[in-house]
Amino acid sequence: MLQKTDQLLGTETMSEEINTDVLIIGAGPVGLFAVFELGLLDIKAHLVDILDKVGGQCAELYPEKPIFDIPAIPRINGKELCDALIEQIKPFKPSFHLGEMVTTIENIGDPLFRVTTDAGKVFLSKAVVIAAGGGSFQPKRPPIQGIEPYEEKSVFYAVRKMDAFRGKNLLIVGGGDSALDWTLNLQPLARRLTLVHRRDEFRAAPDSVNKMRALVSSGAMDLKIGQVTALKGENGQLTAATIKGSDGALSTVACDAMLPFFGLTMKLGPVANWSIKLENDLIPVSTATFETNVPGIFAVGDINTYPGKLKLILSGFHEAALMAQKAHHYVHPEKRLVFQYTTSSTSLQKKLGVA
Amino acid sequence: MPKITYIEHDGATHTVEGEAGATVMETALRNGIASIVAECGGGCTCATCLVHVDDAWSPIVGPPSAEEEDMLDSAFEVKPTSRLSCQIKVTDALDGLIVRTPAYQGR
Repeated sequence: MLQKTDQLLGTETMSEEINTDVLIIGAGPVGLFAVFELGLLDIKAHLVDILDKVGGQCAELYPEKPIFDIPAIPRINGKELCDALIEQIKPFKPSFHLGEMVTTIENIGDPLFRVTTDAGKVFLSKAVVIAAGGGSFQPKRPPIQGIEPYEEKSVFYAVRKMDAFRGKNLLIVGGGDSALDWTLNLQPLARRLTLVHRRDEFRAAPDSVNKMRALVSSGAMDLKIGQVTALKGENGQLTAATIKGSDGALSTVACDAMLPFFGLTMKLGPVANWSIKLENDLIPVSTATFETNVPGIFAVGDINTYPGKLKLILSGFHEAALMAQKAHHYVHPEKRLVFQYTTSSTSLQKKLGVA
Repeated sequence: MPKITYIEHDGATHTVEGEAGATVMETALRNGIASIVAECGGGCTCATCLVHVDDAWSPIVGPPSAEEEDMLDSAFEVKPTSRLSCQIKVTDALDGLIVRTPAYQGR
């Protein structure tokens, strides 16, 4: 997995409004390269990503899978590509806000945007670039019939406050690091904790698995092998879960809360609420500027659509370059934009720290 | 060319021609079978191309690799015959293969 970039480049954790030229939503390859193209035009950027690491799909879905269609790079894997992009944009000192989701975008100027995240951060930005790929990575929801009323009441996909689970009969479902880490963290608080997993093998870190097994042996918690097939309760309050064992036998576990950990899936997420025109869950843009129907809001990479669109990283890079030209118009309206090459422009080379 | 049959949860049945060397997931996508999502594009990293291999075919298709078995932990309603279709290569030996897709996938 990619190294957390806030350690490399610094993260802002102010509670006051953060002023920026451009806010980029999504720190995948295209969002990262947008920093470079904007930087060459003296435009500073902050990036927000829902994942706790940079790289987007390249980091989450295929860090080790080779990519063969990056121009002039015959073969590179997702992690290497993102590491190289982070190196490339270092001169422009972008600020990363990881593990946060942009929830609202409000147009308060001409253009000026007030952007908020689910962590309560507020940005004031002259332009917004949506580089959100396939949307936001969100926890997978088990397809258990009638689960919806329990969600956020007694079924949770994340732990915000550990104390909320104190004294509860807790069911944790899954076999990866999230399931095991939360089992170990919450077991001391819970009245009784049961871990449910479909097989008696765990892909989580061996040390966590050993600790969990020791707790089971000492009688401090329960482990059940099987899959949750039904929930019981009223008004969103869980009272029990039905578990189907690998032999097909059904059993019931009493519980007040359930935490399922089945990994992440891509959902469009809050983009749908931002009053931007959408077409089949994609954002239509002008191919001259990659601007949406809202002046000052751009969309680049897999999330946009236009005649002939291809969801390729190389297309996203091109889109970022053109987007930056129009963004310059909003960020530095008083300045004339002169087209320059990095090979020959002393001014660009100074920005890159090589002149 | 080997024929592959996909049966969706509502009984909709699609028998299509597969190309030897392609995966059962790629064959589904080429033929517009919506209950195969393949969010990661075939990287064995998302578990959204789950199929239940027909009982008679399961021994011929074989079991998942350790990496795939780990990824099956991120799927739902997993059975002993469940596989990720991106990890099944179409071969002439699989001519006539039948797989079923889960109701929750692709909705």
